[in-house]
Amino acid sequence: VLIYTPALLFCCNSNELDVNLSRVFAGGCGKASLSSCSPKVCIVGSGPAGFYTAQHLIKARQDVEVDIYERLPVPFGLVRFGVAPDHPEVKNVINTFTQTAKHSRCSFYGNVNVGKNVSITELQQAYHAVVLSYGAEGNRSMGVPGEDLAGVYSAKDFVGWYNGLPSCRELSPDLSCETAVILGQGNVALDVARILLSPIDILKKTDITQPTLEALAESQVRRVLIVGRRGPIQIACTIKELREMVNLPDTRPDMVAADFDGVKEALKDLPRPRKRLTELMLKTALEVPGEKEQERRSKASRTWGFRFFRSPVEVLAEPGHSRIAGIRLAINKLEVSDGAQAVLTGEVEDVPCGLVVSSIGYKSLPIDPSVPFDSRKAIVPNTMGRVKQAAGLYCSGWLKTGPTGVIATTMNNSFDTARSILEDMDSGTLDMSAAKPGSQSISALLEKRGVKPVTFSDWEKIDNVEMKRGESRGKPREKLLTVEEMLPGHQ
Amino acid sequence: MALVTTLRRLVQNSLREYSRKASAVTWPTKQRSFSIGTQPLRSDNKVTVNFINRDGEKITVKGLPGDSLLDVVINEDLDFDGFGACEGTLACSTCHLIFDEEMYKKLGPITDEEMDMLDLAYGLTDTSRLGCQICLTKSLEGMVARVPESVADIRQTKDGSS
Repeated sequence: VLIYTPALLFCCNSNELDVNLSRVFAGGCGKASLSSCSPKVCIVGSGPAGFYTAQHLIKARQDVEVDIYERLPVPFGLVRFGVAPDHPEVKNVINTFTQTAKHSRCSFYGNVNVGKNVSITELQQAYHAVVLSYGAEGNRSMGVPGEDLAGVYSAKDFVGWYNGLPSCRELSPDLSCETAVILGQGNVALDVARILLSPIDILKKTDITQPTLEALAESQVRRVLIVGRRGPIQIACTIKELREMVNLPDTRPDMVAADFDGVKEALKDLPRPRKRLTELMLKTALEVPGEKEQERRSKASRTWGFRFFRSPVEVLAEPGHSRIAGIRLAINKLEVSDGAQAVLTGEVEDVPCGLVVSSIGYKSLPIDPSVPFDSRKAIVPNTMGRVKQAAGLYCSGWLKTGPTGVIATTMNNSFDTARSILEDMDSGTLDMSAAKPGSQSISALLEKRGVKPVTFSDWEKIDNVEMKRGESRGKPREKLLTVEEMLPGHQ
Repeated sequence: MALVTTLRRLVQNSLREYSRKASAVTWPTKQRSFSIGTQPLRSDNKVTVNFINRDGEKITVKGLPGDSLLDVVINEDLDFDGFGACEGTLACSTCHLIFDEEMYKKLGPITDEEMDMLDLAYGLTDTSRLGCQICLTKSLEGMVARVPESVADIRQTKDGSS
């Protein structure tokens, strides 16, 4: 800021001086003026969507300032709370997010609940543009009777539990049953299966939470069924995750051969990625294993398998109890018209089990009544990241496109939104004619409301505490599990 | 007027420098040695790599044998948006590169693990590889690697369920 004021005085002849001085005091932000204000952008949510949007903006324009607001005291969203503990390489993106957060034109404000501590309208008054990147914190429900019985969990909560999400700390799932049924066959479903069946010796070296580790050490779960509505060729998981299940120590596959009728014949028409995935499934399900593999399987103490053409219709309770005893599944057949649809046959099948995890999708929730929300698709209606009928409001990540895709998907999605914002800055669609106070006014508001934001360097202290705690246990970190412990002053 | 214009340019340049330094995300330290006489022997070892970026521009750089193509991109500070998100650990497909047939054959065998991640890359071709898995050797001197468009990988499924 010191640099700008003297510069301005040297840049104008006496005729221009008056005009420019008045522009400074009016606070013009267009490209042409060397005034003392800068475009200020606010991002709500500090997961991959938030950080990649910030990164792109900061890189593209030397005058953009970005403030990232996050509800929790800790940043990184699903990278911290969604990616499985045994997939640490996927979390390497945190390094690039950290660089962005520590950039001079980026600020992180944790422990701020947008929608509760501060409204979207207030943010829009303080910033030239507001980007909603708060993801999908809800989940799709199965919509079947018995869904609320003890022993039934959403994958979102189960994953939150093993990853130390404070709101899932009390989940304490009962793992005293032999069979667990997972509805859904995407990568999240496979993550849950893998965490339930992995040898403790492997898990104890990860950043899985200590309470989860203790629960898993006592777990009686020996059989996990991963259930999907359609057939093998429609499975939503990808090959890396399938291969991990196939190679999981001390486990053996348990599939139903009949589920794979006609699949081999369909192989030749499949594109390479789908073909390789299907081939691996076929091999695992149908091929007679060699001697070594046969021996390995016979010694395995745990089993896992896919069950296809099954949809949940009811979660069954133990008579006279409110605990789960099993799940009733409708048997489907596949109708291949425009794509492949599951169609009920009328038959059902009961599977005894003590744990049901519903992994059928996350779901975004509305944050603020002033923001348009499409409740059918559970996204904020937008065109290329520009929120419809809301000038100066943008969205990126799962909130924009729906809750599917990996980090790289979200990265591209966020870059696209950033490009829309930059276009709007250049074209004048974004009103930059007045300077905005940005975090100055929001910080004042928050202080008045008794909210104390957590800074990025506060997070770095938490980071160090967690890593230190993990050291003595041979883990990369031992996560703090409550918001209270995360707040500065507690350490 | 001339003085004002000069001063303005001076100020704008120093402002630009200030923000460039302040906004450095990754600025590798490139040592420049001004040695008099013969070139250091090390430079004979280097392998020339040509990248075609997403705008169709050709960028020629050098790397050392043993460097992966991702190492080269990072060391030479090549600005490919989102390249190498997982830092070379086979946990993404963002270092996807496309080669011509002849060069592809020279690149050596591909593991299942690489193919598993490569399968998810947008615009996958029969001569695609992941840059973090290709290590430079002298026999690859002058290679050309094209950086393809990086729209979502296949795991972003739109099967109507969301």
